Amino acid sequence: MSSTLTPAAMNHRRLPNTWDLAAFVAVLGVLAAVAAAARGTVMPIAALGAGTIHLDPRYLPGYALRTTMRMFAALVASLLFTFTYATWAAKSRRAARVLIPILDILQSVPILGFLSFTVAFFLRLFPGNVLGLELAAIFAIFTSQAWNMAFSFYQALTTLPADLEEVSRGFRLTGWQRFWRLEVPFAMPGLVWNTMLSMSGGWFFVVASEAITLGNKTWQLPGVGAYVAKALEQRNIGAVFWAIGAMLLVILAYDQLLFRPLVAWSAKFRVETTAGATAEDPWMLAILRRTALLRRGGEEFGHLVGFVTGLPLRLPSLRRTSERSPTSTMAGDIVFSTIVAAIVAFAGWHTVSFISQTLHWSDLGQAVMLGGITLMRVVVLIALASLVWVPVGIWLGLRPAWARRVQPIAQFLAAFPANLLFPPFVVVIVTFHLNPDIFLTPLMILGTQWYILFNVIAGAAAYPGDLQEVARNFRVGGFLWWRRVIFPGIFPYFVTGALTASGGSWNAAIVSEVASWGHTRLVAHGLGAYIAQATDAGDFHKIVLGVVVMSAFVVTFNRLLWRPLYHYASRRSVLG
Amino acid sequence: MDATTGDTLIEVRGCRQSYHKDTNADLLVLDDVELSLREGEIVGLLGRSGSGKSTLLRIIAGLLRPTAGEVNWRGQPLTGPVPGIAMVFQSFALFPWLTVAENVELGLEAQGVARAEREKRAEEAIDLIGLGGYESAYPKELSGGMRQRVGLARALVVHPDLLLMDEPFSALDVLTAETLRTDLIDLWSERRLPLKSILMVTHNIEEAVLLCDRILVFSSNPGRVAHELRVPFSHPRNRLDPAFRQMVDDIYAVMTRRAPSLASPGTIAAPPPEVTTTTKLHAVSTNVLAGLMETVAAPPYDGRADLPALAAALQLEADELLPFGETLQLLHFAEFEEGDLRLTEEGRVFVQADTDDRKQHFATALRQYVPLAAAIRRTLDERWNHRASSVRFLDELEDHMSPEYAEETLHAVISWGRYAELYAYDEEAAQFFLEADAVDASG
Repeated sequence: MSSTLTPAAMNHRRLPNTWDLAAFVAVLGVLAAVAAAARGTVMPIAALGAGTIHLDPRYLPGYALRTTMRMFAALVASLLFTFTYATWAAKSRRAARVLIPILDILQSVPILGFLSFTVAFFLRLFPGNVLGLELAAIFAIFTSQAWNMAFSFYQALTTLPADLEEVSRGFRLTGWQRFWRLEVPFAMPGLVWNTMLSMSGGWFFVVASEAITLGNKTWQLPGVGAYVAKALEQRNIGAVFWAIGAMLLVILAYDQLLFRPLVAWSAKFRVETTAGATAEDPWMLAILRRTALLRRGGEEFGHLVGFVTGLPLRLPSLRRTSERSPTSTMAGDIVFSTIVAAIVAFAGWHTVSFISQTLHWSDLGQAVMLGGITLMRVVVLIALASLVWVPVGIWLGLRPAWARRVQPIAQFLAAFPANLLFPPFVVVIVTFHLNPDIFLTPLMILGTQWYILFNVIAGAAAYPGDLQEVARNFRVGGFLWWRRVIFPGIFPYFVTGALTASGGSWNAAIVSEVASWGHTRLVAHGLGAYIAQATDAGDFHKIVLGVVVMSAFVVTFNRLLWRPLYHYASRRSVLG
Repeated sequence: MDATTGDTLIEVRGCRQSYHKDTNADLLVLDDVELSLREGEIVGLLGRSGSGKSTLLRIIAGLLRPTAGEVNWRGQPLTGPVPGIAMVFQSFALFPWLTVAENVELGLEAQGVARAEREKRAEEAIDLIGLGGYESAYPKELSGGMRQRVGLARALVVHPDLLLMDEPFSALDVLTAETLRTDLIDLWSERRLPLKSILMVTHNIEEAVLLCDRILVFSSNPGRVAHELRVPFSHPRNRLDPAFRQMVDDIYAVMTRRAPSLASPGTIAAPPPEVTTTTKLHAVSTNVLAGLMETVAAPPYDGRADLPALAAALQLEADELLPFGETLQLLHFAEFEEGDLRLTEEGRVFVQADTDDRKQHFATALRQYVPLAAAIRRTLDERWNHRASSVRFLDELEDHMSPEYAEETLHAVISWGRYAELYAYDEEAAQFFLEADAVDASG
């Protein structure tokens, strides 16, 4: 079972172009607009009745359940988004030129910084109603899940095997049949894998989104995240550990009951010519497949699904551009580009004017400087984590027995919401009066370092046996072995892991550069703290500025470092 | 089988297929193709890769629309896939997530046939094609031959009038392919196939002679019907029959005589064709060229080999052997003559030489007969840093051929130049350059 796939966005080789810039401006414009709309609505909302959180561990199962429900609600929303947005982008050349760069930018925007706006926005839609708060939390999780799922689906749709596509056309499958018989199955392995990664990222957001502070208001939704927030407020470390325990169980259950079986099942959709070595079914899937009653039920369900997906429904077909005359296509392109340009110009103007209402160039300078500090943190942490986990990962990966046992643990740790683990660290820092600028830093990578580990393990496990034998045969050892033999072999995997880790760290900065324990507040210098403090102060202009600067940092960092590195790695490490 | 009395199924007239290039004139894939197909016959489209025969098949399937010309299906203009035409693919094109039965039922499902009926007809088709018992297997559990049987059953189950086959046996090993061919022709002769006619694309000359009633030989660049032959033998046919062998020989002669991009249709023999810097080259390994020359020079051929015999001995198909021969002809190491491959004096000298001398001879041939290689070397000599980007050469090639061909040509010229040590190539920078010793030698 392959344990890693490349991040969806990376396989898609595109050079940065004006469409990216346009998408960047447009996305920020929308965020600024939401911020502006939300600003007026924050104050009038009264405290919600749902706000009482009990620290008694007996309440935890209920809270955990509600947290999980939110996760799955967001997952359904993400799937709907994936099926529509990605399909639209894949079927329309023009739409793709706008939709794909937007997706790319959205992936890089630290959406956590905007949590407060989305909360305010949804509260306004459902005034005084807890539903608004629920939807806000679900939306926050959605924004952490949807993009890479949509990307992987889009990528599958644009790389459908030509012969299967011809068979579908030859037999005149309708759009609906084609979608369920060809497109969705073909996308399935990548989609399941990305959904799993998304869910892992989602736990972090669900915890963060259950207790929102904006200005002098605090909202809490019953759930594990709110439970931890309350525990922090009351300096109850015991309750924190209870919450960590509950979360461990929840994630273990989700991993074992849902995603292991799903990933194993999705292997049947892999397009491969040979019957590869098939891993053993996870126990849950084995139960489902071998229990007669469940099997019967599954078959009936399968027939029903087969019937519905086989209905000869015609979908509104987006005509292929090749069938149109070149002149009309060109005219259409010009009109289209003009409209896009107008929207982008408006969005840009809107963002700038919103920020410049109260802020100066000096604020921008400050934000950029703080961004530099956070960047430094990210770079140092990735380097340190690599120094530790690359050798460990290689050691483990080259020993299959170990790799098999450790790999699920690493993936599990990556899924665990690291923000739940912050409090014990904070307690230590407070107790020993450590410097927050240095000692808050490791929190950023607490949850994301595991991506480096499990990708390196996967890379080392996939390292060709004959090359290892060559190295042993010629007695290549020591530094030479690292430099010439093993490191180039796992490099693409390492880049994938480090890239994911660095992206996650930027987001984590917003919650990790500021920490509190009761009434003690620890603040590190950095852009994350800047955004967090602006949020506490309810200063929307500063939040927008902070998020804009951080997005710019992330996008630039990705484009200038990770992407070229990734392409270099994938070009070099394949033969032929 | 009386082929002349049946109704006309497909009629292709003045068909031309080009694809549009942004900067330059359109590139022609098919030009002025005429074809008509009647009930009761098996017709083969025989040609080299790149002769557009697969493109023509897709046009007839309604999967592609021709740039110009008419395609009529039973007298009506064809505008897209129709229920009466089904296709079998070279790659089998089975859905890996569907079982054998589900794959076979796909076409019926698209027609909205009810489940019970679907299962019954799928069962029949699966049994007919000899796959009974495999209904619930997934394609990856099957061997190549079994997979192609599924592909065949999937096409037959919709009871098409016309079956299109795109090199159906070329992805299979020799034995499996032969079994499948025999089974197919037996079913056809016994009239057990729910079909009126078969149109198949192949590059295997023997296969075409073995199965078809009529063979259309395609020339390349652009694809045209260069020859039409009627196969007079009745089924089952014997490969060892002298008349059969003679026909195979004749087709080889036809195909080498009309070597694509070397001569225009109609000219006989091969006067040294005009080769320019934008002639398409085959990416043939120099090892293969040397090996082929050694084989032809050695007994039993002693410098002159009969192509079908050579192909059989080397276990190559015509489609694979001809590019090798053409490349040797381009380099003046060998020549085609009446379906034979004959080594030239230069070829003999090459075979005799040791490794370093061979490189010398190859370099000389490249400079003399491959203008593109000569031009690259000249450019490098003129540059102060002796480096030149390959992109400009590729761009120029793309003005005259498809991107895939341009890529292949560039690949060929890189590999040959490296072997001859005429120039070196830096893949990272996509640049040709001269090694220090080559610079001194030329300076």
